[in-house]
Amino acid sequence: MTAELLDDVLLTVAALFVVLAIAMFYRAVAGPTTQDRVLAVNVLGTNTVVILVLLAAALDEPWVLDIALIYALLNFLMAVAISKFTVERGGVL
Amino acid sequence: MIETIRFGAIVVLVVGGLFFTFVSTVGVLRLPDVYARAHTASQADTLGAGLTLAGVALALGWQSATIYTVLLLFFVFLTNPTAAHAIARSAAETGVEPLTDEEGENR
Repeated sequence: MTAELLDDVLLTVAALFVVLAIAMFYRAVAGPTTQDRVLAVNVLGTNTVVILVLLAAALDEPWVLDIALIYALLNFLMAVAISKFTVERGGVL
Repeated sequence: MIETIRFGAIVVLVVGGLFFTFVSTVGVLRLPDVYARAHTASQADTLGAGLTLAGVALALGWQSATIYTVLLLFFVFLTNPTAAHAIARSAAETGVEPLTDEEGENR
């Protein structure tokens, strides 16, 4: 009984995370500078990773965690690469 | 008894993570310039994701999937501030002006 209640809690929290991620799209679309957009997409990617982990735990599908790990890696690479390529001579980090 | 304590701890961690992610979302949507947004994205969002992943690791219990979740927690803890720092640094080097008042002081 507790296990089902726990799954429901995790699914509800995942749904609320989806709402927050959709709200983040506003900054990705309307952000005045390129850096605003990259930052919004980066935060959105972190939210996606958390949603994937919550779904993996609630639905008892451990293979989704592999996707979450790779998504986090690509998200970090995306942010650093775009930051580097928007600067002349690539001087970030 | 121990199950009830574990359940309460999971709910507190996950809802705390949801709260801090909400704070970070409001910050990214409402703060005035890139540097303030990078600040809230690096701090509140890292804390929110970390708390939620810790809650999920507690919910999974002793199994191999927990190792993935803890690894992901450490990874997010390291990479999220690094990415926000890189973005803020690229904004500074491409000439995005920070928001100041009339005397040129930082607000």
